[in-house]
Amino acid sequence: MNAEVMHRIQFAFTVTFHYLFPQLTMGLALLIVVLKTVALRTGDERWHEAARFWGRIFGINFVFGVVTGIPMEFEFGTNWAQFSRMTGGVIGQPLAMEGVFSFFLESAFLGLFLYGEKRLSRTWHWLSSVLVFLGSWLSGYFIIVTDAWMQHPVAYQINARGQFEITSFVGLLTNPWAILQYMHNMCGAVITGAFVMAATGAFYLLEDRLQEYSRIYLRVGVTAGVLACIAIIFPTGDLSGKYVAHHQPVSIAAMEGLFHTQKGAGIVLLGQPVESTGQIDNPLVVNGVLSFLIYGTTKAEVQGLDAFPRDQWPSTLPLLFYAYHIMAGLGTYFVAVMALAAFLLWRGKLWSSRWMLWALLLSFPLPYIANTAGWMTAEIGRQPWLVYGLLRTGQGFSANVSASNTLFTLLGFMGMYALLAILFIVLIYREISRGPVVTHEAVAAD
Amino acid sequence: MLGVLWFWMVGVMIVAYVVLDGFDLGAGVLHLFVARSEDERRMVVQSIGPVWDGNEVWLLAGGGTLYFAFPWLYASAFSGFYLPLMIVLWLLMARGVTLELRNHIDVGVWRALLDGLFALASTLLTIFLGAALANVIRGVPLDADGYFFLPLWTDWRPGVHPGVLDWYTVLGGLMACAALALHGSLWLSLKTTGELEKRAGDAVAPLWTAVLLLTLLSVPATMAVQPSTLTNYNRYPITCVIPLGVLLTLVGALVFHRRGQSLRAFLSSCGYLALMLVGACWGLFPTLLPATTGADRSITLSSAISSPYTLHVGLLWWIFGMLLAALYFTISYTMFRGKVDSHAQHG
Ligand code: HDD
Ligand code: HEM
Ligand code: HEM
Repeated sequence: MNAEVMHRIQFAFTVTFHYLFPQLTMGLALLIVVLKTVALRTGDERWHEAARFWGRIFGINFVFGVVTGIPMEFEFGTNWAQFSRMTGGVIGQPLAMEGVFSFFLESAFLGLFLYGEKRLSRTWHWLSSVLVFLGSWLSGYFIIVTDAWMQHPVAYQINARGQFEITSFVGLLTNPWAILQYMHNMCGAVITGAFVMAATGAFYLLEDRLQEYSRIYLRVGVTAGVLACIAIIFPTGDLSGKYVAHHQPVSIAAMEGLFHTQKGAGIVLLGQPVESTGQIDNPLVVNGVLSFLIYGTTKAEVQGLDAFPRDQWPSTLPLLFYAYHIMAGLGTYFVAVMALAAFLLWRGKLWSSRWMLWALLLSFPLPYIANTAGWMTAEIGRQPWLVYGLLRTGQGFSANVSASNTLFTLLGFMGMYALLAILFIVLIYREISRGPVVTHEAVAAD
Repeated sequence: MLGVLWFWMVGVMIVAYVVLDGFDLGAGVLHLFVARSEDERRMVVQSIGPVWDGNEVWLLAGGGTLYFAFPWLYASAFSGFYLPLMIVLWLLMARGVTLELRNHIDVGVWRALLDGLFALASTLLTIFLGAALANVIRGVPLDADGYFFLPLWTDWRPGVHPGVLDWYTVLGGLMACAALALHGSLWLSLKTTGELEKRAGDAVAPLWTAVLLLTLLSVPATMAVQPSTLTNYNRYPITCVIPLGVLLTLVGALVFHRRGQSLRAFLSSCGYLALMLVGACWGLFPTLLPATTGADRSITLSSAISSPYTLHVGLLWWIFGMLLAALYFTISYTMFRGKVDSHAQHG
């Protein structure tokens, strides 16, 4: 067993599990602000009640985000000590700022939002939901600045001790990669929030209960959903693809399964890349499209993997290819579902289209899959580098922590997270099956 | 100079963490002993519910600040203390989840289980935090590259190759457990009513005695294990006001409590914890992590520090960020001031 591989597996496992929660946090934070704003404007008690219901879901989800996030902060030091030593002066900055500027904000005002409605005026309670939203979206930004610097290092120099240090703080925070990645990623978070909200509405309608609330959920969920689903492909997904093609050409070749440099390269919709033979099994190709997507003409030459030395190819190539195709495939499906639902909503037919409600209900796990696949694309595509082009993954892990110790803690995390997952599902299921108004009565009774 | 500033800035964040998260950890240690009925347990949870997460953020923000101001220290210490840190992480998780979720569960058996796990995780955490501090004071076997890896225990003796747990660090753990339990009991007397308030108040005197004895014991123990902690005090005798302040605030906590002045008693306990930590930091300064393998291998301020530009920019946002954090905490603690209502619920 190789220590480097164990550290990578543990980090990947814990961060992937962590990100299941913040994507809903960030998506719902925005939608709760929408609910609270309508409630404040119209004084309609149902919208307040809807916001309270989603506040409870948010609260549960938030706790899981917090407890799984704490290990992430530690793991830079525990599992990537050499990396931390060399880059701490750069990426420690946004990480520390995340704590100072967003987690304080978020935790303080979430306490007020969840526990303080009776003590606060309506405007203050609305304001606390806005500040929670701000905190969670800021935290997303800082963490993406961190990741973006690893993908596309900017504003740095290397000092006499071989450590990276920043030369421009503003340059670090406005890394173009970070801005693109952030916009794309936040659309992904809104998609998760929107699908979860719409699916809950669809669930109640299919069960024939809580009609008024389910209509609010569907209206907000589908509207936000259709906008975010469009924005995630165009412009943000498209721009991300172009940016990757320019700055990490070997990653894009691997993502697309392009083994050979080609003029007028086609896009592989389906297939299984085989690294040893350099071919795609069972390919389904549309000619010229890849060249067009990257360079705007169907004739342009696109570099294939053969243009790069073998030791710069991403190390888990087929997984990268599948992850990218799962993300993009689901993105196409989301636009179709949400556009159809929005059309039915606009024509006033959504409430009675049971097939559409079923489709919305069953789709809610898919954004989680798409977001995870998206991150796997970004992170595996960065391999074999920790800091792209500058620091290899093999130079960054904690060499003083043996593979066996890491396996021990990895097993611990797996056990712990299995329990957390069960607990999470039980709690959310209970909250949803009780529904908004009912809970209110239950609280009054006990 | 900049390095000294950042040393104390990180110190301030650690103090804030211990003083603030300390009372909710302490309340957790006492949870099963002082709160018997469902109403009382709910009151304990209510008294820390809206603030514990914010308190814990000091650990993250402090850790992050340590990371960018002293990357060498962060890298060596976090990887070297790998196993105990992972255990701390699991305990933090268990504690956060059990505390927050007991409100959402209404089956008695499960609630009892969550309460038990919450108290157990809180207790173990106080012990581990104290042991962690004691490990830093005692020192670790740094190698020529500045790395180390500590086993959980070796022969229970501090020496050149100690484990995370030896008699000295276990003593530190027990002391932290007692001190935070005292802190928690003063918090509960301040925030709760009825039988619960009374039981929490009754716990103060015995806990106080334990803290006093352990504090007195820790002085010769530290001198034996890490004699260099005296250097700064010898050089600047005026700084002996720190240990003096430790004793005064400790006495103050009991006196104010006896007089029924709960807020002052609680604040004295905050002062005690803060001064204990300041005293330890001053004893170490300018070493950040002493080496048991020879003083020349110790990680010091100048060997661990980030570049000047980084630290200058950091200064700007750090001051701004701390002012904001102070504002949030003021708003939040003002909003939830006063005794908790035993029947209050979410929303
Ligand atoms: C609901 C989620 C979701 C959906 C439907 C899509 N994406 Fe995505 N994508 C993400 C969620 C995501 C993400 C999780 O947000 C990533 C990972 C890193 C990041 O910043 O965003 C990401 C990264 C990411 C990258 C950067 C990879 C790298 O850094 O190497 C590219 C090129 C795309 N996406 C392109 C697309 C395209 C062309 C899509 C349209 C069909 C698309 N994504 C749909
Ligand atoms: C934004 C903050 C993030 C940072 C700073 C970050 C950093 C890292 C680091 C240091 C590694 C280990 C080195 C490596 O094997 O590449 C890694 C690997 C990985 N991360 Fe991330 N990560 C972040 C977010 C995410 C998210 C949100 C996910 C998934 C949902 C993710 C998925 C992965 C995966 C799958 C790997 C393993 C890649 C491989 O082994 O080939 N990361 N990341
Ligand atoms: C290696 C990467 C990551 C680290 C070090 C990290 C760290 C943390 C920590 C410590 C917390 C708990 C905060 C608290 O106590 O209030 C947290 C929660 C959170 N994280 Fe992460 N995180 C990582 C990946 C991500 C990514 C990729 C995102 C999104 C873009 C993200 C967004 C959030 C948000 C919004 C929260 C708030 C709590 C919640 O929403 O559940 N994190 N993170």
